[in-house]
Amino acid sequence: MAKRIELKNVNVFYGDFRAVDDVTLDIEPRTVTAFIGPSGCGKSTLLRTLNRMHEVIPGAFVEGKVMMDGRNLYGADVDPVEVRRQVGMVFQRPNPFPTMSIRDNVLAGYKLNNSRVSKGDADSVVEKSLKHANLWKEVKDRLDKPGGGLSGGQQQRLCIARAIAVEPEVLLMDEPTSALDPISTLAIEDLVSELKKDYTIVIVTHNMQQAGRISDKTAFFNIAGTGEPGKLIEFDETATIFSNPNEKMTEDYISGRFG
Amino acid sequence: MATAKSHIPQKRGDVVFSGLVKASGIAILVTLGAVATFLIVESLPALDPAAQIGSAPDGFWSYVAPLVFGTLLAAILALAFATPLAIGIGLFISHYAPRRIASTLGYVIDLLAAIPSVVYGLWGIQVLAPAVQPVYQWLNENLGWLPLFVGPVSGTGRTILTVSFVLAIMILPIMSALAREIFLQTPKLNEEAALALGATRWEMIRLSVLPFARSGLLSSAMLGLGRALGETMAVAMVLSPAAVITFALITPTNPSTIASTIALDFPEAAGLDVNALIAAGLVLFIITMAVNVTARGIITRSARKGAF
Repeated sequence: MAKRIELKNVNVFYGDFRAVDDVTLDIEPRTVTAFIGPSGCGKSTLLRTLNRMHEVIPGAFVEGKVMMDGRNLYGADVDPVEVRRQVGMVFQRPNPFPTMSIRDNVLAGYKLNNSRVSKGDADSVVEKSLKHANLWKEVKDRLDKPGGGLSGGQQQRLCIARAIAVEPEVLLMDEPTSALDPISTLAIEDLVSELKKDYTIVIVTHNMQQAGRISDKTAFFNIAGTGEPGKLIEFDETATIFSNPNEKMTEDYISGRFG
Repeated sequence: MATAKSHIPQKRGDVVFSGLVKASGIAILVTLGAVATFLIVESLPALDPAAQIGSAPDGFWSYVAPLVFGTLLAAILALAFATPLAIGIGLFISHYAPRRIASTLGYVIDLLAAIPSVVYGLWGIQVLAPAVQPVYQWLNENLGWLPLFVGPVSGTGRTILTVSFVLAIMILPIMSALAREIFLQTPKLNEEAALALGATRWEMIRLSVLPFARSGLLSSAMLGLGRALGETMAVAMVLSPAAVITFALITPTNPSTIASTIALDFPEAAGLDVNALIAAGLVLFIITMAVNVTARGIITRSARKGAF
Protein backbone atom coordinates (compact mmCIF):
# COMPACT_ATOMS: atom_id res chain seq x y z
CA MET A 1 0.00 0.00 0.00
CA ALA A 2 0.86 3.70 -0.16
CA LYS A 3 2.70 4.70 -3.28
CA ARG A 4 4.71 7.64 -4.49
CA ILE A 5 3.11 9.77 -7.18
CA GLU A 6 5.14 11.85 -9.59
CA LEU A 7 3.47 14.30 -11.94
CA LYS A 8 5.63 15.24 -14.92
CA ASN A 9 4.62 18.14 -17.14
CA VAL A 10 0.93 17.43 -16.72
CA ASN A 11 -1.44 19.48 -18.86
CA VAL A 12 -5.15 18.96 -18.48
CA PHE A 13 -7.74 19.87 -21.10
CA TYR A 14 -11.49 20.15 -21.49
CA GLY A 15 -11.72 19.98 -25.28
CA ASP A 16 -9.81 23.02 -26.51
CA PHE A 17 -9.62 24.61 -23.10
CA ARG A 18 -6.41 24.12 -21.15
CA ALA A 19 -7.47 23.93 -17.51
CA VAL A 20 -4.13 23.06 -15.93
CA ASP A 21 -0.79 24.13 -17.32
CA ASP A 22 2.41 22.13 -17.02
CA VAL A 23 2.38 20.83 -13.45
CA THR A 24 5.34 18.87 -12.12
CA LEU A 25 5.36 17.72 -8.51
CA ASP A 26 6.18 14.71 -6.35
CA ILE A 27 3.88 13.26 -3.71
CA GLU A 28 5.56 11.14 -1.06
CA PRO A 29 4.00 7.92 0.23
CA ARG A 30 2.23 8.09 3.60
CA THR A 31 1.86 11.83 3.55
CA VAL A 32 -1.06 14.20 3.24
CA THR A 33 -0.69 16.66 0.39
CA ALA A 34 -3.13 19.56 0.18
CA PHE A 35 -4.07 21.35 -3.03
CA ILE A 36 -5.23 24.90 -2.31
CA GLY A 37 -6.10 27.88 -4.45
CA PRO A 38 -9.01 30.02 -5.59
CA SER A 39 -12.05 28.55 -7.37
CA GLY A 40 -11.38 27.59 -10.96
CA CYS A 41 -7.63 27.24 -10.48
CA GLY A 42 -7.71 23.61 -11.62
CA LYS A 43 -6.93 21.90 -8.33
CA SER A 44 -9.94 19.59 -8.43
CA THR A 45 -9.31 18.94 -12.11
CA LEU A 46 -5.72 18.00 -11.35
CA LEU A 47 -6.85 15.74 -8.51
CA ARG A 48 -9.16 13.91 -10.89
CA THR A 49 -6.28 13.20 -13.25
CA LEU A 50 -4.67 11.08 -10.52
CA ASN A 51 -7.31 8.37 -10.84
CA ARG A 52 -8.24 9.06 -14.46
CA MET A 53 -11.68 10.33 -13.50
CA HIS A 54 -11.05 13.49 -15.50
CA GLU A 55 -11.59 11.70 -18.79
CA VAL A 56 -15.11 10.63 -17.78
CA ILE A 57 -16.20 14.06 -19.01
CA PRO A 58 -16.72 14.06 -22.82
CA GLY A 59 -13.86 15.76 -24.65
CA ALA A 60 -11.58 15.87 -21.62
CA PHE A 61 -8.00 14.60 -21.86
CA VAL A 62 -4.59 14.75 -20.22
CA GLU A 63 -1.06 15.27 -21.52
CA GLY A 64 2.10 14.44 -19.66
CA LYS A 65 2.91 11.67 -17.23
CA VAL A 66 1.51 10.63 -13.89
CA MET A 67 3.88 8.04 -12.47
CA MET A 68 2.77 5.84 -9.61
CA ASP A 69 5.78 3.97 -8.23
CA GLY A 70 7.42 4.35 -11.62
CA ARG A 71 4.44 3.26 -13.73
CA ASN A 72 2.78 5.81 -15.99
CA LEU A 73 -0.98 5.87 -15.30
CA TYR A 74 -1.49 7.30 -18.77
CA GLY A 75 0.52 4.60 -20.55
CA ALA A 76 -1.08 3.04 -23.61
CA ASP A 77 -1.52 -0.32 -21.89
CA VAL A 78 -3.13 1.02 -18.73
CA ASP A 79 -6.84 0.46 -18.17
CA PRO A 80 -8.47 3.40 -16.35
CA VAL A 81 -10.72 0.97 -14.49
CA GLU A 82 -7.58 -0.70 -13.14
CA VAL A 83 -6.19 2.67 -12.01
CA ARG A 84 -9.39 3.57 -10.17
CA ARG A 85 -9.28 0.34 -8.24
CA GLN A 86 -5.88 1.36 -6.87
CA VAL A 87 -6.69 5.02 -6.28
CA GLY A 88 -9.72 5.62 -4.09
CA MET A 89 -11.68 8.84 -4.19
CA VAL A 90 -13.94 10.75 -1.82
CA PHE A 91 -16.10 13.47 -3.31
CA GLN A 92 -17.20 16.91 -2.23
CA ARG A 93 -20.75 15.83 -1.54
CA PRO A 94 -21.29 12.51 0.20
CA ASN A 95 -22.50 10.04 -2.43
CA PRO A 96 -23.39 6.69 -0.93
CA PHE A 97 -25.56 4.53 -3.17
CA PRO A 98 -28.95 5.60 -1.84
CA THR A 99 -30.84 2.34 -2.31
CA MET A 100 -28.11 0.13 -0.87
CA SER A 101 -27.75 -0.78 2.78
CA ILE A 102 -24.79 0.56 4.76
CA ARG A 103 -23.18 -2.85 4.56
CA ASP A 104 -23.64 -3.13 0.79
CA ASN A 105 -22.28 0.38 0.34
CA VAL A 106 -19.07 -0.57 2.10
CA LEU A 107 -18.84 -3.74 0.03
CA ALA A 108 -19.72 -2.12 -3.31
CA GLY A 109 -16.13 -1.66 -4.48
CA TYR A 110 -14.88 -4.76 -2.74
CA LYS A 111 -17.38 -6.91 -4.63
CA LEU A 112 -16.22 -5.42 -7.93
CA ASN A 113 -12.73 -6.72 -7.24
CA ASN A 114 -13.72 -10.10 -5.85
CA SER A 115 -16.45 -11.89 -7.72
CA ARG A 116 -17.12 -14.41 -4.95
CA VAL A 117 -17.12 -13.08 -1.42
CA SER A 118 -17.85 -15.37 1.50
CA LYS A 119 -20.09 -13.98 4.20
CA GLY A 120 -17.29 -14.20 6.76
CA ASP A 121 -14.88 -12.24 4.57
CA ALA A 122 -17.55 -9.67 3.82
CA ASP A 123 -18.35 -9.23 7.51
CA SER A 124 -14.73 -8.68 8.42
CA VAL A 125 -14.18 -6.21 5.55
CA VAL A 126 -17.28 -4.26 6.60
CA GLU A 127 -16.21 -4.13 10.23
CA LYS A 128 -12.60 -3.27 9.47
CA SER A 129 -13.45 -0.53 6.99
CA LEU A 130 -16.13 1.05 9.14
CA LYS A 131 -13.82 0.98 12.17
CA HIS A 132 -11.08 2.52 10.09
CA ALA A 133 -13.50 5.25 9.03
CA ASN A 134 -14.59 5.86 12.66
CA LEU A 135 -18.16 4.94 11.84
CA TRP A 136 -18.46 1.42 13.23
CA LYS A 137 -19.81 2.33 16.67
CA GLU A 138 -22.53 4.53 15.20
CA VAL A 139 -23.85 2.08 12.62
CA LYS A 140 -23.01 -1.42 13.80
CA ASP A 141 -26.59 -2.08 14.86
CA ARG A 142 -28.15 -0.90 11.63
CA LEU A 143 -25.91 -2.21 8.87
CA ASP A 144 -28.93 -3.28 6.86
CA LYS A 145 -30.51 0.18 6.81
CA PRO A 146 -30.05 2.31 3.66
CA GLY A 147 -26.93 4.47 3.54
CA GLY A 148 -29.04 7.45 2.52
CA GLY A 149 -30.56 7.57 6.00
CA LEU A 150 -27.35 8.68 7.72
CA SER A 151 -26.39 12.27 8.51
CA GLY A 152 -24.14 14.13 6.06
CA GLY A 153 -21.00 13.59 8.12
CA GLN A 154 -21.80 9.91 8.61
CA GLN A 155 -22.50 9.53 4.90
CA GLN A 156 -19.11 11.04 4.10
CA ARG A 157 -17.39 8.64 6.51
CA LEU A 158 -19.38 5.82 4.89
CA CYS A 159 -17.95 6.93 1.54
CA ILE A 160 -14.47 6.87 3.05
CA ALA A 161 -15.13 3.37 4.39
CA ARG A 162 -16.30 2.33 0.93
CA ALA A 163 -13.14 3.77 -0.64
CA ILE A 164 -10.73 2.11 1.80
CA ALA A 165 -12.54 -1.24 1.78
CA VAL A 166 -10.74 -2.03 -1.48
CA GLU A 167 -7.40 -1.15 0.15
CA PRO A 168 -6.29 1.37 -2.46
CA GLU A 169 -2.73 2.63 -2.81
CA VAL A 170 -3.76 6.24 -2.73
CA LEU A 171 -6.77 8.13 -1.41
CA LEU A 172 -7.95 11.28 -3.17
CA MET A 173 -10.29 13.68 -1.39
CA ASP A 174 -12.04 16.46 -3.25
CA GLU A 175 -13.14 19.03 -0.66
CA PRO A 176 -14.47 16.23 1.53
CA THR A 177 -15.71 18.50 4.31
CA SER A 178 -17.10 21.47 2.43
CA ALA A 179 -20.67 20.18 2.73
CA LEU A 180 -20.33 19.24 6.39
CA ASP A 181 -20.82 20.95 9.75
CA PRO A 182 -17.76 21.75 11.94
CA ILE A 183 -18.08 18.70 14.16
CA SER A 184 -18.31 16.28 11.23
CA THR A 185 -15.43 18.19 9.63
CA LEU A 186 -13.29 17.62 12.69
CA ALA A 187 -14.17 13.91 12.65
CA ILE A 188 -13.05 13.66 9.03
CA GLU A 189 -9.85 15.61 9.70
CA ASP A 190 -8.94 13.30 12.59
CA LEU A 191 -9.64 10.39 10.30
CA VAL A 192 -7.32 11.76 7.62
CA SER A 193 -4.46 12.02 10.10
CA GLU A 194 -5.21 8.45 11.11
CA LEU A 195 -5.38 7.12 7.54
CA LYS A 196 -2.06 8.75 6.69
CA LYS A 197 -0.32 5.83 8.40
CA ASP A 198 -1.45 3.52 5.62
CA TYR A 199 -2.26 5.64 2.60
CA THR A 200 -0.90 8.37 0.42
CA ILE A 201 -3.54 11.08 0.67
CA VAL A 202 -4.14 14.02 -1.62
CA ILE A 203 -6.80 16.47 -0.49
CA VAL A 204 -8.29 19.48 -2.23
CA THR A 205 -9.59 22.07 0.17
CA HIS A 206 -10.87 25.63 0.22
CA ASN A 207 -10.31 25.77 3.93
CA MET A 208 -6.78 26.97 4.58
CA GLN A 209 -6.90 26.22 8.29
CA GLN A 210 -7.75 22.68 7.31
CA ALA A 211 -4.80 22.46 4.96
CA GLY A 212 -2.61 23.83 7.77
CA ARG A 213 -3.97 21.35 10.29
CA ILE A 214 -3.80 18.11 8.39
CA SER A 215 -1.33 18.30 5.51
CA ASP A 216 2.41 17.69 5.37
CA LYS A 217 2.90 19.43 2.08
CA THR A 218 0.83 22.04 0.32
CA ALA A 219 0.54 22.95 -3.35
CA PHE A 220 -0.81 26.40 -4.16
CA PHE A 221 -2.47 26.89 -7.55
CA ASN A 222 -3.64 30.09 -9.17
CA ILE A 223 -5.02 31.46 -12.43
CA ALA A 224 -4.09 34.65 -14.17
CA GLY A 225 -7.74 35.30 -15.05
CA THR A 226 -10.92 33.74 -16.42
CA GLY A 227 -10.22 31.50 -19.39
CA GLU A 228 -6.55 31.18 -18.42
CA PRO A 229 -5.12 27.83 -17.35
CA GLY A 230 -4.43 27.06 -13.69
CA LYS A 231 -0.76 26.95 -12.71
CA LEU A 232 1.16 25.49 -9.83
CA ILE A 233 2.59 28.53 -8.06
CA GLU A 234 4.35 26.94 -5.16
CA PHE A 235 4.78 23.50 -3.63
CA ASP A 236 6.50 23.04 -0.30
CA GLU A 237 6.24 21.87 3.28
CA THR A 238 2.92 23.07 4.67
CA ALA A 239 4.71 24.90 7.50
CA THR A 240 6.82 26.82 4.97
CA ILE A 241 3.85 27.68 2.75
CA PHE A 242 1.88 29.07 5.66
CA SER A 243 4.69 30.89 7.51
CA ASN A 244 7.28 31.83 4.97
CA PRO A 245 6.24 31.27 1.35
CA ASN A 246 8.63 32.02 -1.46
CA GLU A 247 6.08 33.57 -3.76
CA LYS A 248 4.34 36.87 -3.17
CA MET A 249 1.14 35.43 -4.69
CA THR A 250 1.08 32.60 -2.17
CA GLU A 251 1.54 35.00 0.70
CA ASP A 252 -1.26 37.21 -0.56
CA TYR A 253 -3.60 34.27 -0.84
CA ILE A 254 -2.69 32.77 2.53
CA SER A 255 -3.11 36.08 4.32
CA GLY A 256 -6.39 36.82 2.58
CA ARG A 257 -4.98 39.80 0.65
CA PHE A 258 -5.97 38.41 -2.67
CA GLY A 259 -6.61 39.93 -6.05
CA MET B 1 -54.57 53.16 -12.26
CA ALA B 2 -51.17 51.61 -12.84
CA THR B 3 -49.73 52.70 -9.53
CA ALA B 4 -47.26 50.71 -7.50
CA LYS B 5 -50.06 49.39 -5.32
CA SER B 6 -52.42 48.25 -8.09
CA HIS B 7 -52.76 44.68 -6.90
CA ILE B 8 -56.43 44.40 -7.86
CA PRO B 9 -55.99 43.24 -11.48
CA GLN B 10 -53.43 40.75 -10.29
CA LYS B 11 -55.94 39.42 -7.82
CA ARG B 12 -58.53 39.04 -10.55
CA GLY B 13 -55.96 37.09 -12.58
CA ASP B 14 -55.48 34.84 -9.59
CA VAL B 15 -59.19 34.20 -9.31
CA VAL B 16 -59.59 33.50 -13.01
CA PHE B 17 -56.60 31.21 -13.11
CA SER B 18 -57.53 29.24 -10.00
CA GLY B 19 -61.08 28.90 -11.36
CA LEU B 20 -59.67 27.66 -14.65
CA VAL B 21 -57.46 25.00 -13.14
CA LYS B 22 -60.18 23.98 -10.73
CA ALA B 23 -62.61 23.57 -13.64
CA SER B 24 -60.03 21.46 -15.50
CA GLY B 25 -59.59 19.29 -12.46
CA ILE B 26 -63.33 18.83 -12.08
CA ALA B 27 -63.76 18.21 -15.82
CA ILE B 28 -61.54 15.12 -15.68
CA LEU B 29 -63.56 13.71 -12.77
CA VAL B 30 -66.85 14.45 -14.54
CA THR B 31 -65.60 12.78 -17.73
CA LEU B 32 -64.46 9.72 -15.85
CA GLY B 33 -67.73 9.59 -13.94
CA ALA B 34 -69.77 9.95 -17.12
CA VAL B 35 -67.86 7.16 -18.85
CA ALA B 36 -68.20 4.87 -15.85
CA THR B 37 -71.92 5.63 -15.52
CA PHE B 38 -72.53 4.99 -19.21
CA LEU B 39 -70.64 1.70 -19.07
CA ILE B 40 -72.40 0.50 -15.95
CA VAL B 41 -75.93 1.53 -17.02
CA GLU B 42 -75.56 0.01 -20.48
CA SER B 43 -73.93 -3.14 -19.11
CA LEU B 44 -76.63 -4.01 -16.59
CA PRO B 45 -79.03 -5.70 -19.04
CA ALA B 46 -76.24 -8.03 -20.20
CA LEU B 47 -75.18 -8.83 -16.64
CA ASP B 48 -78.64 -10.12 -15.75
CA PRO B 49 -78.26 -13.95 -15.43
CA ALA B 50 -81.64 -14.43 -17.14
CA ALA B 51 -80.63 -12.37 -20.17
CA GLN B 52 -80.76 -14.20 -23.51
CA ILE B 53 -77.76 -12.84 -25.38
CA GLY B 54 -77.45 -14.02 -28.97
CA SER B 55 -73.66 -13.95 -29.07
CA ALA B 56 -73.35 -15.46 -25.59
CA PRO B 57 -75.74 -18.37 -25.15
CA ASP B 58 -74.01 -19.52 -21.93
CA GLY B 59 -74.27 -16.16 -20.22
CA PHE B 60 -72.12 -13.09 -20.13
CA TRP B 61 -69.28 -14.37 -17.95
CA SER B 62 -68.45 -17.36 -20.11
CA TYR B 63 -68.60 -14.96 -23.05
CA VAL B 64 -66.17 -12.44 -21.56
CA ALA B 65 -63.74 -14.86 -19.89
CA PRO B 66 -61.80 -15.83 -23.07
CA LEU B 67 -61.70 -12.17 -24.05
CA VAL B 68 -60.20 -11.14 -20.72
CA PHE B 69 -57.75 -13.99 -21.01
CA GLY B 70 -56.77 -13.02 -24.56
CA THR B 71 -56.42 -9.36 -23.61
CA LEU B 72 -54.13 -10.12 -20.68
CA LEU B 73 -52.13 -12.76 -22.55
CA ALA B 74 -51.41 -10.55 -25.55
CA ALA B 75 -50.58 -7.52 -23.39
CA ILE B 76 -48.33 -9.40 -20.97
CA LEU B 77 -46.49 -11.17 -23.79
CA ALA B 78 -46.01 -7.82 -25.51
CA LEU B 79 -44.66 -6.35 -22.29
CA ALA B 80 -42.32 -9.29 -21.84
CA PHE B 81 -40.87 -8.72 -25.32
CA ALA B 82 -40.76 -4.94 -25.12
CA THR B 83 -39.35 -4.35 -21.63
CA PRO B 84 -35.83 -5.77 -22.05
CA LEU B 85 -35.58 -4.19 -25.48
CA ALA B 86 -36.75 -0.81 -24.17
CA ILE B 87 -34.24 -0.92 -21.32
CA GLY B 88 -31.51 -1.87 -23.77
CA ILE B 89 -32.39 0.95 -26.16
CA GLY B 90 -32.67 3.44 -23.31
CA LEU B 91 -29.29 2.46 -21.88
CA PHE B 92 -27.63 2.48 -25.29
CA ILE B 93 -28.84 6.01 -25.96
CA SER B 94 -28.13 7.34 -22.50
CA HIS B 95 -24.83 5.67 -21.66
CA TYR B 96 -23.24 3.90 -24.61
CA ALA B 97 -23.84 5.61 -27.93
CA PRO B 98 -21.72 8.55 -29.07
CA ARG B 99 -23.75 11.73 -28.69
CA ARG B 100 -24.56 12.20 -32.38
CA ILE B 101 -25.81 8.63 -32.88
CA ALA B 102 -27.75 8.86 -29.64
CA SER B 103 -29.78 11.88 -30.72
CA THR B 104 -30.48 10.42 -34.19
CA LEU B 105 -31.65 7.20 -32.62
CA GLY B 106 -33.85 9.17 -30.24
CA TYR B 107 -35.57 10.82 -33.22
CA VAL B 108 -36.09 7.50 -34.96
CA ILE B 109 -37.77 6.09 -31.89
CA ASP B 110 -40.03 9.11 -31.58
CA LEU B 111 -40.95 8.58 -35.24
CA LEU B 112 -41.99 5.01 -34.49
CA ALA B 113 -44.45 6.43 -31.96
CA ALA B 114 -46.01 8.57 -34.68
CA ILE B 115 -46.96 5.63 -36.92
CA PRO B 116 -50.74 5.04 -36.78
CA SER B 117 -51.83 1.68 -35.41
CA VAL B 118 -53.62 0.82 -38.69
CA VAL B 119 -50.23 0.83 -40.36
CA TYR B 120 -48.85 -1.49 -37.72
CA GLY B 121 -51.84 -3.73 -38.38
CA LEU B 122 -51.19 -3.81 -42.13
CA TRP B 123 -47.53 -4.49 -41.54
CA GLY B 124 -48.46 -7.28 -39.14
CA ILE B 125 -50.66 -8.97 -41.77
CA GLN B 126 -48.53 -8.39 -44.85
CA VAL B 127 -45.01 -8.70 -43.53
CA LEU B 128 -44.69 -10.06 -40.05
CA ALA B 129 -47.22 -12.91 -40.13
CA PRO B 130 -45.84 -14.60 -43.28
CA ALA B 131 -42.30 -14.04 -42.04
CA VAL B 132 -42.79 -15.69 -38.66
CA GLN B 133 -44.93 -18.59 -39.93
CA PRO B 134 -41.90 -20.78 -40.79
CA VAL B 135 -40.44 -19.94 -37.38
CA TYR B 136 -43.64 -21.16 -35.75
CA GLN B 137 -43.36 -24.33 -37.83
CA TRP B 138 -39.83 -24.84 -36.51
CA LEU B 139 -40.86 -24.09 -32.92
CA ASN B 140 -43.65 -26.64 -33.16
CA GLU B 141 -41.36 -29.31 -34.59
CA ASN B 142 -38.58 -28.78 -32.06
CA LEU B 143 -40.31 -27.46 -28.96
CA GLY B 144 -43.79 -28.89 -29.60
CA TRP B 145 -43.74 -30.67 -26.24
CA LEU B 146 -44.12 -27.27 -24.57
CA PRO B 147 -47.81 -26.36 -24.17
CA LEU B 148 -46.96 -22.97 -25.68
CA PHE B 149 -45.98 -24.44 -29.01
CA VAL B 150 -48.41 -27.32 -29.55
CA GLY B 151 -49.87 -27.76 -33.04
CA PRO B 152 -51.59 -27.45 -35.36
CA VAL B 153 -49.47 -24.55 -36.55
CA SER B 154 -51.37 -21.66 -38.06
CA GLY B 155 -50.97 -21.55 -41.83
CA THR B 156 -51.17 -17.77 -41.96
CA GLY B 157 -49.05 -16.91 -38.94
CA ARG B 158 -51.82 -14.64 -37.70
CA THR B 159 -51.72 -15.89 -34.11
CA ILE B 160 -51.76 -14.32 -30.69
CA LEU B 161 -47.95 -14.50 -30.62
CA THR B 162 -47.75 -12.42 -33.80
CA VAL B 163 -50.21 -9.98 -32.27
CA SER B 164 -48.05 -9.61 -29.20
CA PHE B 165 -45.00 -8.96 -31.40
CA VAL B 166 -46.87 -6.16 -33.12
CA LEU B 167 -48.06 -4.81 -29.77
CA ALA B 168 -44.52 -4.98 -28.42
CA ILE B 169 -43.27 -2.86 -31.31
CA MET B 170 -46.11 -0.42 -30.76
CA ILE B 171 -45.35 0.12 -27.08
CA LEU B 172 -41.59 0.14 -27.61
CA PRO B 173 -41.21 3.84 -28.53
CA ILE B 174 -42.94 5.24 -25.47
CA MET B 175 -41.23 2.76 -23.19
CA SER B 176 -37.73 3.33 -24.53
CA ALA B 177 -38.19 7.10 -24.62
CA LEU B 178 -39.21 7.00 -20.96
CA ALA B 179 -36.37 4.63 -20.09
CA ARG B 180 -33.88 6.98 -21.74
CA GLU B 181 -35.21 9.96 -19.78
CA ILE B 182 -35.05 8.03 -16.53
CA PHE B 183 -31.49 6.82 -17.15
CA LEU B 184 -30.34 10.33 -18.04
CA GLN B 185 -31.61 11.59 -14.71
CA THR B 186 -29.24 9.39 -12.70
CA PRO B 187 -27.29 11.77 -10.46
CA LYS B 188 -23.76 12.30 -11.83
CA LEU B 189 -22.57 11.99 -8.25
CA ASN B 190 -23.73 8.39 -7.99
CA GLU B 191 -22.28 7.47 -11.36
CA GLU B 192 -18.93 8.95 -10.38
CA ALA B 193 -19.05 7.14 -7.07
CA ALA B 194 -19.24 3.85 -8.93
CA LEU B 195 -16.61 4.78 -11.51
CA ALA B 196 -14.19 5.97 -8.83
CA LEU B 197 -14.45 2.56 -7.17
CA GLY B 198 -13.14 1.05 -10.38
CA ALA B 199 -16.44 0.00 -11.89
CA THR B 200 -16.58 -0.76 -15.60
CA ARG B 201 -19.37 0.88 -17.53
CA TRP B 202 -21.73 -2.04 -17.04
CA GLU B 203 -20.85 -2.27 -13.34
CA MET B 204 -21.47 1.45 -13.00
CA ILE B 205 -24.88 1.00 -14.60
CA ARG B 206 -25.67 -1.87 -12.28
CA LEU B 207 -24.52 -0.01 -9.17
CA SER B 208 -25.94 3.43 -9.78
CA VAL B 209 -28.17 3.72 -12.85
CA LEU B 210 -30.49 0.72 -12.53
CA PRO B 211 -31.28 1.03 -8.81
CA PHE B 212 -32.04 4.70 -9.36
CA ALA B 213 -34.26 3.91 -12.35
CA ARG B 214 -36.21 1.02 -10.88
CA SER B 215 -39.46 2.74 -9.98
CA GLY B 216 -39.41 4.82 -13.16
CA LEU B 217 -38.94 1.72 -15.27
CA LEU B 218 -41.84 0.09 -13.51
CA SER B 219 -44.12 3.00 -14.30
CA SER B 220 -43.01 2.98 -17.93
CA ALA B 221 -43.78 -0.74 -18.10
CA MET B 222 -47.23 -0.10 -16.66
CA LEU B 223 -47.81 2.64 -19.20
CA GLY B 224 -46.83 0.19 -21.94
CA LEU B 225 -49.09 -2.48 -20.47
CA GLY B 226 -51.99 -0.05 -20.36
CA ARG B 227 -51.47 0.80 -24.01
CA ALA B 228 -51.18 -2.84 -25.04
CA LEU B 229 -54.36 -3.73 -23.13
CA GLY B 230 -56.41 -1.10 -24.92
CA GLU B 231 -54.96 -1.44 -28.42
CA THR B 232 -57.70 -2.20 -30.93
CA MET B 233 -56.83 -1.84 -34.59
CA ALA B 234 -53.64 -3.84 -34.85
CA VAL B 235 -55.15 -6.77 -32.96
CA ALA B 236 -58.41 -6.67 -34.89
CA MET B 237 -56.53 -6.73 -38.17
CA VAL B 238 -53.87 -9.31 -37.43
CA LEU B 239 -55.61 -11.89 -35.29
CA SER B 240 -57.88 -14.65 -36.50
CA PRO B 241 -59.98 -14.96 -33.36
CA ALA B 242 -61.90 -17.71 -31.63
CA ALA B 243 -63.56 -17.93 -28.22
CA VAL B 244 -61.00 -20.10 -26.43
CA ILE B 245 -58.80 -20.03 -23.37
CA THR B 246 -55.48 -21.58 -24.33
CA PHE B 247 -51.80 -20.99 -23.81
CA ALA B 248 -51.06 -22.41 -27.26
CA LEU B 249 -49.53 -19.44 -29.02
CA ILE B 250 -49.09 -20.57 -32.60
CA THR B 251 -52.33 -22.35 -33.54
CA PRO B 252 -55.13 -21.02 -35.79
CA THR B 253 -57.51 -20.82 -32.79
CA ASN B 254 -56.58 -17.83 -30.67
CA PRO B 255 -58.33 -16.00 -27.86
CA SER B 256 -59.35 -12.54 -29.00
CA THR B 257 -59.01 -9.34 -26.99
CA ILE B 258 -61.80 -7.19 -25.59
CA ALA B 259 -60.99 -4.07 -27.56
CA SER B 260 -60.70 -5.80 -30.92
CA THR B 261 -63.88 -7.83 -30.33
CA ILE B 262 -65.81 -4.64 -29.64
CA ALA B 263 -64.41 -3.05 -32.79
CA LEU B 264 -65.16 -6.09 -34.96
CA ASP B 265 -68.59 -7.03 -33.57
CA PHE B 266 -70.15 -3.69 -32.77
CA PRO B 267 -71.25 -2.75 -36.32
CA GLU B 268 -73.20 -6.01 -36.64
CA ALA B 269 -74.57 -6.14 -33.11
CA ALA B 270 -78.15 -5.47 -32.10
CA GLY B 271 -80.25 -5.69 -28.93
CA LEU B 272 -78.60 -7.37 -25.96
CA ASP B 273 -75.45 -8.10 -27.97
CA VAL B 274 -74.70 -4.39 -27.80
CA ASN B 275 -75.06 -4.47 -24.02
CA ALA B 276 -72.78 -7.49 -23.82
CA LEU B 277 -70.10 -5.67 -25.79
CA ILE B 278 -70.41 -2.60 -23.58
CA ALA B 279 -70.18 -4.81 -20.52
CA ALA B 280 -66.97 -6.26 -21.96
CA GLY B 281 -65.80 -2.67 -22.31
CA LEU B 282 -66.58 -2.12 -18.64
CA VAL B 283 -64.43 -5.14 -17.76
CA LEU B 284 -61.54 -3.69 -19.79
CA PHE B 285 -62.04 -0.36 -18.02
CA ILE B 286 -61.74 -2.08 -14.65
CA ILE B 287 -58.67 -4.07 -15.69
CA THR B 288 -56.88 -0.97 -16.97
CA MET B 289 -57.78 0.92 -13.83
CA ALA B 290 -56.51 -1.92 -11.65
CA VAL B 291 -53.21 -1.93 -13.56
CA ASN B 292 -52.78 1.80 -13.05
CA VAL B 293 -53.68 1.69 -9.37
CA THR B 294 -51.26 -1.20 -8.80
CA ALA B 295 -48.51 0.69 -10.62
CA ARG B 296 -49.11 3.79 -8.50
CA GLY B 297 -49.01 1.69 -5.37
CA ILE B 298 -45.74 0.02 -6.31
CA ILE B 299 -44.15 3.31 -7.30
CA THR B 300 -45.03 5.17 -4.12
CA ARG B 301 -43.89 2.23 -2.03
CA SER B 302 -40.54 1.87 -3.78
CA ALA B 303 -40.08 5.66 -3.73
CA ARG B 304 -40.44 5.61 0.03
CA LYS B 305 -38.00 2.74 0.33
CA GLY B 306 -35.50 4.46 -1.98
CA ALA B 307 -34.99 7.24 0.59
CA PHE B 308 -34.27 10.02 -1.85
